[in-house]
Amino acid sequence: MPTLPDTPPTLVKLGQGRRGLRGVVREVGSAAPGVPRTAFDLELEKRLLEIGLVEGAQVEILHEGFIGRDPIAVRVDSMCVALRRREANAVLVDCAAAVPMTLAAE
Amino acid sequence: MLDTLARTSRVAFVGNPNCGKTALFNALTGSRQKVANYPGVTVERKEGQFVTPAGRQVTAIDLPGTYSLRGRSPDEVVTRDAVLGRLDDFDRPDFLVCVADATNLRLILRLVLELRSAGLPMILALNMSDIADHRGIRIDAEGLSRELSIPVVRSVAVSPGGAAALLEQLDLALARRPAGQAASWSERGAAEIRDAHHAADAMVARFVGTPAVSRDISARIDDVLLHPVLGILILLSVLFLVFQAVYSWAGPPMDMISAGFDSLNALARQTLPDGMLASLLTDGIITGVGSVLVFLPQIVILFFFIILLEDIGYMARAAFLMDRVVGGVGLHGRSFIPLLSSFACAIPGIMATRVIENRRQRLATIMVAPLMTCSARIPVYTLLIGAFIPRRTVAGLIDLQGLVLFSLYLTGIVSAFAVAFIFRTFVWRGKTEPFIMELPGYKLPMLRSVAMGVFQRALMFIRRAGTLILSMMILIWFLSTFPAAPEGATDAAINHSFAGIIGHALEPLLAPIGFNWQIAVALIPGMAAREVAVGALATVYAVGGAALSDASLGATIAAEWPLATALSLLAWYVFAPQCAPTLAVVRRETNSWRWPVLMFVYMMALAYGASFVVYRAAIYLGG
Repeated sequence: MPTLPDTPPTLVKLGQGRRGLRGVVREVGSAAPGVPRTAFDLELEKRLLEIGLVEGAQVEILHEGFIGRDPIAVRVDSMCVALRRREANAVLVDCAAAVPMTLAAE
Repeated sequence: MLDTLARTSRVAFVGNPNCGKTALFNALTGSRQKVANYPGVTVERKEGQFVTPAGRQVTAIDLPGTYSLRGRSPDEVVTRDAVLGRLDDFDRPDFLVCVADATNLRLILRLVLELRSAGLPMILALNMSDIADHRGIRIDAEGLSRELSIPVVRSVAVSPGGAAALLEQLDLALARRPAGQAASWSERGAAEIRDAHHAADAMVARFVGTPAVSRDISARIDDVLLHPVLGILILLSVLFLVFQAVYSWAGPPMDMISAGFDSLNALARQTLPDGMLASLLTDGIITGVGSVLVFLPQIVILFFFIILLEDIGYMARAAFLMDRVVGGVGLHGRSFIPLLSSFACAIPGIMATRVIENRRQRLATIMVAPLMTCSARIPVYTLLIGAFIPRRTVAGLIDLQGLVLFSLYLTGIVSAFAVAFIFRTFVWRGKTEPFIMELPGYKLPMLRSVAMGVFQRALMFIRRAGTLILSMMILIWFLSTFPAAPEGATDAAINHSFAGIIGHALEPLLAPIGFNWQIAVALIPGMAAREVAVGALATVYAVGGAALSDASLGATIAAEWPLATALSLLAWYVFAPQCAPTLAVVRRETNSWRWPVLMFVYMMALAYGASFVVYRAAIYLGG
């Protein structure tokens, strides 16, 4: 999925989200413009993709660790993934695109 | 011709981690399993036999779980190489059973797409389909089958007959005598992974009817178990329970094992004429193996809990909760449980590091595991603290003896973290690994699977006790026995042995840290296991060979040693690698002598340094 032409304000790094953040993944493996990506970044991108953090996936931060709120547990579509915030920062989430959870009020 | 027809088919089971693949494998093969290692790596190789309804012999291979064929860890490399037929001493499978968690098909469909390039015929088994049904997930298996051009069957590993459809399809497929084609696999780049995901997503959209996402039961349990406060309290309670069990439940069987070996010893002494053979059998083999096998109950109980917690799905949560605690020094959240196990005994702790995928983090965990205060140190600590630390209370309520014991434990933990940090900083120069881990849904444990896992660990430990550890015990016995004492010698025979000679030779080296020759000599047989040093000291001090009881040994050393020496020996036991079996297990688990040698050297250096500082400080302070 292409990156949106102009970054809307609702786009946040997953690693900076708080518990309850919901959205749709817009970009994985993004780096600051002009910064060359290291081997670590490239490996990280593949691992994130392999566990399902791929553009278009629905995510929600379910839990935070007790020291520095790190790591975080994220619902990725129908599964739950734990990752450190540092790694989660490579994932950009569009919060405005979140599908309301129909059963949240059950 | 008949031979080729009757040939056993090799069927490999592949799938994502936590998809119930091993449960399915266990259900099919039952107890007809063999667990070994793949050549050159310490990845478990599980093979089992079963017969299909049509009477075909099948060798099933349970390959390590993976999300892709990229091979990021030794386990995943094995899966990839096995599927591609690149493993030495391992015939390429004829057939693949791709096991899916039916409640979460997306990732396995991507793996299926990648596996197609391996060139092997395969079946997709939608495992845990009972849970999927329960959640209202409807899968069009026929549609999927057409789309993927492979048979797709439902399976429920945990119920009898739950693999019937799989077996039926397997028979049909094997009857066609599938021929594997050459693999055309190449490593996927990020763009290809994305494409495969989108293809998998499209398939899920077409063939899987999922009810609107609800907070399922696992998420609700996690609200409690991953809660920042409650979650930690529960984790600590679980750990406390495990420790209580390891120490209290293991007590009676441990006593029985040592009593058993004692009576075996007595029997051997009675029946065999006095001489070298009797000595080898009793002092060497029976005592040596007994001193290691006595830990079997602790190992069984510990692994029972480890495997049970893993089966339920709690282990990943424990790793989540502990990741920040151990992550700062470069360890993985999963390092926590092996380190904790090492408080019972470093051997199961080191064996339990197999759950850590990353090689560096696994090695770092192995290297620091023996710094955790294992239960074999307790007899040594008890002897020294009882003899030298006065029984009184500090600040009105803290027991001084208990305080010393506590600080010994604490020193071990703190130094383990420090060493791990040094490893990360200097040996691996700060290379960090991403921590990304699936938190699988909670499941009811399958007691059969748990029991089989525990049994396999116990067997592994016994095999080790029977081979490498046994030969080390015989070597240590040899050193402590030969040459024999000359006629008319009145002191302990061990003085005249190689151990005695080595001990005496080491004495000048150990004098700066306050060890006398008796200690130096006792440390040699004490390499067998830490607590053996207590018995060896008793032997050395027992002039004329009469055995001393522990209490009188305490009185003897209290009279003979200065306090500084006792404190120095305590510091020594925090660090010293006085345990040949641990080194042997490290050799086995790392497949190289490099790591046990490095472990021996660094722990020796730490022990000597710590003892030196403690001894000098104690003398300076008037000890």
